[in-house]
Amino acid sequence: MSWGMGRRETWAELRRYPSALAGVALILLLVALALHTLATVPYDQAVASWRSGEARLPINARPVWSDWLNPGRAPRSQSLIAEEVASAAFPGGRRLTQRIVLDYAYDDFPSELALFLTPRHSEHAAFLRLTWHTPDGREIDLGSRRLVGETRVALSQDRPLERRLGRPAHLGLLAATDGEAVLPGRHTLTLEAVFFDPGAELASELLLYGRVHGLAGTDHQRRDLSLALRWGTPIALAFGLVAAVGTTLSTLVIAAVGVWYRGWVDALIQRLTEVNMILPLLPILVMVGTLYSTSIWLMLGVVVALGIFSAGIKTYRAMLLPIREAPYIEAARAYGASHLRIVMRYMLPRILPVLIPTFVTLIPTFVFLEASLAVLGLGDPVLPTWGKVLNDAQAQSALYNGYYYWVLAPAALLMLSGLGFAMLGFALDRVFNPRLRSL
Amino acid sequence: MMPRRSWGRDLRYLALYLVKRLLALLVTVLIGVYLTIVVANMGGQVDELRRVQIRSEAFEQVRADPAFQEMASAERNALVERRVALEVERLRLDEPFVLRSVDYLQRAMRLDLGRAEQMHSDAGSRRVSDIIVERLPATLLLFGTANLLVFFVAVGSALWLSRRYGGRVDRLVIALAPSSAAPGWFYGIFLILAFAFLVPLLPPGGMVAAPPPQGLAYAISLARHMLLPVAAMVLSSIFVSIYAWRTFFLIHASEDYVEMARAKGLPSRLIERRYILRPTLAPIITNFLLMLIGLWSGAIILEQVFNWPGLGSLLFQAIGFRDTPVIIGGVVIFAYLLAVTVLLLDLLYALLDPRVRILGEGRGGA
Repeated sequence: MSWGMGRRETWAELRRYPSALAGVALILLLVALALHTLATVPYDQAVASWRSGEARLPINARPVWSDWLNPGRAPRSQSLIAEEVASAAFPGGRRLTQRIVLDYAYDDFPSELALFLTPRHSEHAAFLRLTWHTPDGREIDLGSRRLVGETRVALSQDRPLERRLGRPAHLGLLAATDGEAVLPGRHTLTLEAVFFDPGAELASELLLYGRVHGLAGTDHQRRDLSLALRWGTPIALAFGLVAAVGTTLSTLVIAAVGVWYRGWVDALIQRLTEVNMILPLLPILVMVGTLYSTSIWLMLGVVVALGIFSAGIKTYRAMLLPIREAPYIEAARAYGASHLRIVMRYMLPRILPVLIPTFVTLIPTFVFLEASLAVLGLGDPVLPTWGKVLNDAQAQSALYNGYYYWVLAPAALLMLSGLGFAMLGFALDRVFNPRLRSL
Repeated sequence: MMPRRSWGRDLRYLALYLVKRLLALLVTVLIGVYLTIVVANMGGQVDELRRVQIRSEAFEQVRADPAFQEMASAERNALVERRVALEVERLRLDEPFVLRSVDYLQRAMRLDLGRAEQMHSDAGSRRVSDIIVERLPATLLLFGTANLLVFFVAVGSALWLSRRYGGRVDRLVIALAPSSAAPGWFYGIFLILAFAFLVPLLPPGGMVAAPPPQGLAYAISLARHMLLPVAAMVLSSIFVSIYAWRTFFLIHASEDYVEMARAKGLPSRLIERRYILRPTLAPIITNFLLMLIGLWSGAIILEQVFNWPGLGSLLFQAIGFRDTPVIIGGVVIFAYLLAVTVLLLDLLYALLDPRVRILGEGRGGA
């Protein structure tokens, strides 16, 4: 019989199925990714960064690989530090002139322009005047402003400037006079600052937000998608594993207890199973999520609680009934083994191997369940998960707007984990299930 | 000893059996709905909800009544408070939950699901049952079509494959079976991407074109809108179904009595029909209905992805509105649908499996 097989024989048997090997490879890959993520990105940092986004990341940037047809031609984020060209002191203050030189060579416009200004040793409000010089010799006045403390000047959101240029600054400043195309060459931004503190200094930086960023791109809240994709891996694996272990083991123990004690215990378990069949899992999860909390651990608890009396009890019962009458159980009773001991040490180990395939194929079901809840907007409030990325993508009509990567990357990861466990599970089923082995 | 076949008696036993099962199921639904109520009430949300409803109803009544229109506002508020207190007492909201939960239970069982807080049916009704009844046909149409398609195609091709097992098609189906790890909505996303945006052949969502056409054009529009969601559901379950049925038929085809029939030289079509299909009919039906049960609850996201105006997307909208009566009503309806499915299972079992009839006789005689 199959459950007499040792671990080594199982492995030898399994190696005959290429799909099993592919499945194992996929699972190992995901586990490695999960471990790497846990080791390199601390939990607090991941949660904090996912909650607030990062000011220096572009909005809705494509992943770098999407540029593969024409590598290097889509603008990446570029940070330019100002150099000081002139400085003159006057009584009670200081006049500073800085210049930021931008040699623009990309075919496309950047997605945004912003200026990060950090004045130091400046107690009073300073005065700042910005001028933009294009390669073809035009001079565009970007207006003047007061400068107090650390400031982010969002040039692209400057409405008066947009009205003057006819379009947002990141397009208008970099375009040629006739219109649509980028004007390549040396653009210069001149900053003239007047400080009313003699020792004042200014560190300025012009940030061109790119159109592509990182391996996975960014979303509408300046969040790096690769963070959610990476952190989603350990969460998905943990959720799938815990839910699968919790539901199968508890169901199995309950079935064995029912079979062993018979009578009203068995009857009660059977009736509870029937009640449980009536209870719809997803709507109840939705209800719990709406009324209480969408914490992933609460959801996990509900999934396991509702899975205890699942339909699997009927199957396990049928398998356990003949085992109950086996001679070795009788021998155990004869030497005075307790009920608990017989159930846990004699009956359960007999059918555990049969359970392994079911268990492995169950894991992706729960991985997808977590994603399903997140797609419904009931994802965990703090943790970044694959499902939450999909949910954001759907809420922002990612497919309609052409942000394919936003949907494709989490979907591919979900599919890979689903395929990995399913392929291994199907092969295990054929190894462990003697009636299938010849087919 | 086999009893003589008599239709009248069979029918009587069948009816008796069904009544028994119906009662058992009713008790099951009762417990299930009660559990739902307990879950939904744990934070006292339902009570709070009903108090708010009572207050708003009382206020509306007082406001709408011309007799009270001249009243000063303080006096009118006092009147509302009196009415609320009366209603609270009438509905026993001041009593402990255990007593009242029985009241909720019998309301839910009678499908008296109360009024929605924010949502209303397309016809404008605020009653939860009206809202749900309006959405039910859409869900039944979509999921009925997809399930029947998957079932018949899977059983049919599995029979065909079991005759050619080991062949290229067979190996392909085995290799594709793990693709069913992903649910229907997952494939739905890609089908929408491919056939609605990249190659705009089909509508990305909805049930009919707007404005809805008349007559035959309506049916065509409906079919066009159904194509993608049905394809998504079929994709997500067809290969694993074929695989499971093929294995099932192969195991049964190696039974001794089938070998015997083969040895007798019976034609393979006859063997298939009489020696393989007939004895396996009960498990086939069970499997079919269990699949139905599984798909009921999978409906929510698929409907959401395809913007299908069914029960699932209703539940999703209710989450958005935090409309608790509709959410609880939806859960109750799902429980009823599952119960009806199980009852159907029992009925078919009784019709197909002669042992059930004999059992009925044994009990009837006792």
